[in-house]
Amino acid sequence: MAAANPSVFLLMVNGQVESAQFPEYDDLYCKYCFVYGQDWAPTAGLEEGISQITSKSQDVRQLLVWNFPIDVTFKSTNPYGWPQIVLSVYGLDMFGNDVVRGYGAVHVPFSPGRHKRTIPMFVPESTSKLQKFTSWFMGRRPEYTDPKVVAQGEGREVTRVRSQGFVTLLFNVVTKDMRKLGYDTGPADTQGILGPSLPQGIPR
Amino acid sequence: MEKEILFIPSRLTVPTYKKLPENVQPRFLEDEGLYIGARPEVARANQNIMENRLLTQEPGRRWFGDDGRILALPSPIKQFPSRPSVLTQDQSIKAELETVYKKAVKYVHVSKHMTGSVDPPGNFQLDIDISGLIFTHHPCFSREHVLAAKLAQLYDQYLARQQRNKAKFLTDKLQALRNAVQTGLNPEKPHPSLDTTQKTINEYKSEIWQTRKLRDMEQEKDRALLKTIIKVWKEMKSLREFQRFSNTPLKLVLRKEKVDQKADEGAHEAEIQAEISELLEEHTEEYKQKMEEYRTSYQQWKAWKKAQRAKKKKKKQASEEYPEDEIEAASPEEDPVKPTPPEPVDRAVIEQQVRKRAAQSRRRPGEPTLLPELSLAGSVTPNDQCPRAEVSRREDVKRRSVYLKVLFNNKEVSRTVSRQLGADFRVHFGQIFNLQIFNWPESLTLQVYETVGHSGTTLLAEVFLPIPETTIVTGRAPIEEVEFSSNQHVTLDHEGVGSGVPFSFEADGSNQLILMTSGKVSHRVAWAIGENGIPLIPPLSQQNIGFRSALKRADAISSIGTSGLTDMKKLAKWAAESKLDPNDPNNAPLMQLISVATSGESYVPDFFRLEQLQQEFNFVPDEELNRSKRFRLLRLRSQEVPEFRNYKQIPVYDREIMEKVFQDYEKRLQDRNVIETKDHIDTHRAVVAKYLQQVRESVINRFLIAKHHFLLADLVVEEEVPNISKLQQPSRSSRTFSEKRAASPSTHSPTHSADYPLGQVLVRPFVEVSFQRTICHTTTAEGPNPSWNEELELPFRAPNGDYSTASLQSVKDDIFINIFDEVLYDVLEDDRERGSGIHTRIERYWLGCVKIPFSTIYFQARIDGTFKIDIPPVLLGYSKERNMIMERGFDSARSLSEGSYITLFITIEPQLVPGESVREKFDSQEDEKLLQATEKFQAECALKFPNRQCLTTVIDISGKTVFITRYLKPLNPPQELLNVYPNNPQATAELVARYVSLIPFLPDTVSFAGVCDLWSTSDQFLDLLAGDEEEHAVLLCNYFLSLGKKAWLVMGNAIPEGPTAYVLTQEQSHYLIWNPCSGHFYAQFDTFCPLKSVGCLIGPDNIWFNIQEYDSPLRINFDVTKPKLWKSFFSRRLPYPGLCSVQ
Repeated sequence: MAAANPSVFLLMVNGQVESAQFPEYDDLYCKYCFVYGQDWAPTAGLEEGISQITSKSQDVRQLLVWNFPIDVTFKSTNPYGWPQIVLSVYGLDMFGNDVVRGYGAVHVPFSPGRHKRTIPMFVPESTSKLQKFTSWFMGRRPEYTDPKVVAQGEGREVTRVRSQGFVTLLFNVVTKDMRKLGYDTGPADTQGILGPSLPQGIPR
Repeated sequence: MEKEILFIPSRLTVPTYKKLPENVQPRFLEDEGLYIGARPEVARANQNIMENRLLTQEPGRRWFGDDGRILALPSPIKQFPSRPSVLTQDQSIKAELETVYKKAVKYVHVSKHMTGSVDPPGNFQLDIDISGLIFTHHPCFSREHVLAAKLAQLYDQYLARQQRNKAKFLTDKLQALRNAVQTGLNPEKPHPSLDTTQKTINEYKSEIWQTRKLRDMEQEKDRALLKTIIKVWKEMKSLREFQRFSNTPLKLVLRKEKVDQKADEGAHEAEIQAEISELLEEHTEEYKQKMEEYRTSYQQWKAWKKAQRAKKKKKKQASEEYPEDEIEAASPEEDPVKPTPPEPVDRAVIEQQVRKRAAQSRRRPGEPTLLPELSLAGSVTPNDQCPRAEVSRREDVKRRSVYLKVLFNNKEVSRTVSRQLGADFRVHFGQIFNLQIFNWPESLTLQVYETVGHSGTTLLAEVFLPIPETTIVTGRAPIEEVEFSSNQHVTLDHEGVGSGVPFSFEADGSNQLILMTSGKVSHRVAWAIGENGIPLIPPLSQQNIGFRSALKRADAISSIGTSGLTDMKKLAKWAAESKLDPNDPNNAPLMQLISVATSGESYVPDFFRLEQLQQEFNFVPDEELNRSKRFRLLRLRSQEVPEFRNYKQIPVYDREIMEKVFQDYEKRLQDRNVIETKDHIDTHRAVVAKYLQQVRESVINRFLIAKHHFLLADLVVEEEVPNISKLQQPSRSSRTFSEKRAASPSTHSPTHSADYPLGQVLVRPFVEVSFQRTICHTTTAEGPNPSWNEELELPFRAPNGDYSTASLQSVKDDIFINIFDEVLYDVLEDDRERGSGIHTRIERYWLGCVKIPFSTIYFQARIDGTFKIDIPPVLLGYSKERNMIMERGFDSARSLSEGSYITLFITIEPQLVPGESVREKFDSQEDEKLLQATEKFQAECALKFPNRQCLTTVIDISGKTVFITRYLKPLNPPQELLNVYPNNPQATAELVARYVSLIPFLPDTVSFAGVCDLWSTSDQFLDLLAGDEEEHAVLLCNYFLSLGKKAWLVMGNAIPEGPTAYVLTQEQSHYLIWNPCSGHFYAQFDTFCPLKSVGCLIGPDNIWFNIQEYDSPLRINFDVTKPKLWKSFFSRRLPYPGLCSVQ
């Protein structure tokens, strides 16, 4: 590939699924996968992964820490369909059944640098009280047919969800040749190394 | 101590000087004319506390503005609350919960001539009261009606004149004027100045003259009108006599009012005398004037004459030589004619004139006053006494009805009820329409429609109603009549005179008249009055304010129409009058508009721009978008064009996109209308293939659209509420960890094969499986009943690497399983070498093949069974071994199906999720009850046996849902087939089956995979000459029915077709299962019957669902009369309604 005249740009993402807050649940594990458009292709790394089961920390924060690494590189010709990471968290309920505890998705940050993202998670709701009871009783909570549903907007209007918990992700993003192809995502000087950007909303 | 720590700001007002820099006077911007928004309201005390705090803690003073107050943004609070106020404690809940009916209020959106966004949205109401309609002419008018209408019109005119009574008024005026003149001339009265009196009197006199002229005219008109009325009435009477019936109840009564002969005569005479004297006076005056004129001119003439004479004398003295000079000299000069003295006024002549005129225009003295009175007291001749033509006219009138449409701003808002036309051509509506309006009314139109019988309606005429003044409110508006007329031409074949066509009252057809349909609508339009007595009228200024929100650019003027611009001057005036704050941002667009309008430079394009800002937001110009290959590719992909739907990684640069990418697509577009005959045997098939291709495309498009409609079940996996009787073992279906992507290798494993009844002892068969250009073969086995027990793996690649359901469904690849015989030939020619080496040639003899479409495996998930091998009719060098069959102990059932079979097991690894069938509901012409019953039936069946096929409705070729039994009806097979074996019904049946099987098979399940199956009727099937199992089965079943057999359609699973349709017939003692596509038939207990399970049976009048424990035809009872074994669709509860056939 001639460096002067690239025909694709690269997006390298590494980071980790750091931790989660699910005050009601314990002993959870998470899965992640990437959803991306047709013009995207993974070139290296794993685009899906499944973490260990982790228990709540004993302190007041009650954090569920996975620190589960993500490392994947995509190439693409079109920013349309920019990769999204889809997270789904599972755990055992009181009868020992494996049930889903939350779904969430977020776009991989556009600009190079270090980004921290906190995703609110949600689960689909049962359609009726009776079904809610039976699903609880039998340990068969409603689930999405495909976790990737949460990364698309189509068809969401038929579902009802309840939000529960947060998952915190850390991304380190490096792009290559974006600018040469005419896509400007980063701040004015891409030379400058961005310091750790703070999550929004928290004052200095 | 506490006080040291705590700081409590004072509540006292801070003097202004403290808040401002030293020696600065507070400056009030508002006074200087700058716009300052309203400040949010803060309590005075709080403000003081804040000011004190700021002064103490932040001495920088930057918190204060020039006016010494805390800087503040304009109050962001809306003027009116957008949410109902919260319940207060005092009010009782009951009062709060009291429901009040409110009319639905439309959301006010920005539009032309609308309530300004600033004003609270109001609703305005226009009340239109349409009381009735009267035709003054109608095609159904008889001649009498025409006269009656004329009479009525004249009478109306008469009444109107009578009411105004202009003649009387003018007479009175005349009298008054005469009196004034009399008094003016009275010399006893003192006069301020003679001059003025004379002048006034002269004025009076001229006025008298004019008034008299007017009065005479009016009186003449009155008289003429009365005469015409009487004339028309006479005509009408004679007409009634002539036709010997009457149509109209009109009756004119002339009332004579007796007058006192003497008094009347006196008055008449006095009037005439007065007139005469006046005229005389006038004439005398005139005469005097003329006399004066005459005198002066005569003087002039005399003087001239004298001068002439003097000249002559001179000339005569000068020379006698010019005797004729007198004459000659006179002629060139202007020769004043000698004026003739005016004739003196002759009283007798004047009197004669006056009397003559009076006789003409005035009632003769002593003659009684005639007062015409029109009444409806007359009787209409009843129908039975009328001639035919008249009766038919009356019938025709009865068939006609009229209604009105109310159009507001050219939009139909309401219409009256349709009322029958009365015999008197009056229609009474008496309806009041309350129009809730938002837009300023521009036009208000009534459309008169007429309906004749049951035929269509015709628009007779449009009536434009004036928009009422704002002062006219309901209750105060008078009823007004608006006339309308139509230009339609109607000729009728009865007594009706028609309209727009000439007709005549005379017998000889002379004196022709042409009348147009016309009439009057009586109506009342007024503004409504609201509950609180405020009229619901849009404010006048609203017409102007309305633009505000729309006017963001000068160009936007065009978007609201130029009609707004005409008022621009007014708008500016209004803005000036209402003292709008020019700096208020709310008014900015308006101000800009006014400045543009008043400067006279407004750019008003003569076009209307729909999306005015679209161009600015366009990504690239359209030309570039069309030129660029990349953009084209992207667009085609997003349109889900099949060739590009799964195109990955569209290159960044145009140059990297090959032209040939589009070639297939463009070719397909071109070929759409070109019929390719190369690939097909004849043109008919090509046409059919093309047709089916188009049907397929349209169905697929519908499917693609339907795919974007999601149900909850598509997104969320949720357990059904379990039955108490049967708790299912939970099965995890959703946690697929993207197996699809890893699923490239696929396994097809023919494990063991059996049964080679091919008689060659030394047959050494092997199996070769080919799929997607990959070929695998087994080892060679020995003997006619080989067993391989081998696993073959063939990779599967989805098209374009797309493993989505839609893409997998469109895989059209077949798995070919070929069976070969391996024959070794010894090619050694020299026996001597036999000891040292083996030299053989291997030949493969093709024995037969089995073809299994991939879609079958995909939908079945696995295939396990024994398949009949297609073998050529003649295999040279091979023969079948009869005794083998007997040895193996298969009984007679076996003998029915001779052939070779292969047993195999095929599956895909990892499992691919088969797509579920589309649930799109196609529209139907079936009874709604029947459709509900089918849904119920299917749901019940699916609950008991989810795997058994239950079919009640199918989709016909036009995409409509049709009840399945409609397809079955006895149809006569071709006579030639019946003539072959007239005495052998079994042979005939076989022949018919063969005939049906010869119709080409065109699978639609592959292309419509998972979408739906289209059922064409037998007629369409024979016409298209192509179809799949259902069509074959339906045709065969119909033929069997006509042969007198008991025949059913069997819906079930067969190998290798998957879900399919077979035909079941009942013979004397046993049942036969027919494969309609091959023409083969099997006994019920035939082990090698390809039909593996039976879901339901379909007869011409019922559907039976298999509720037996087993579904294999070997193990079930086909006696449909047993309700424990077969659940019938139509039963005693739902009897068969006698559906007609679609065949």
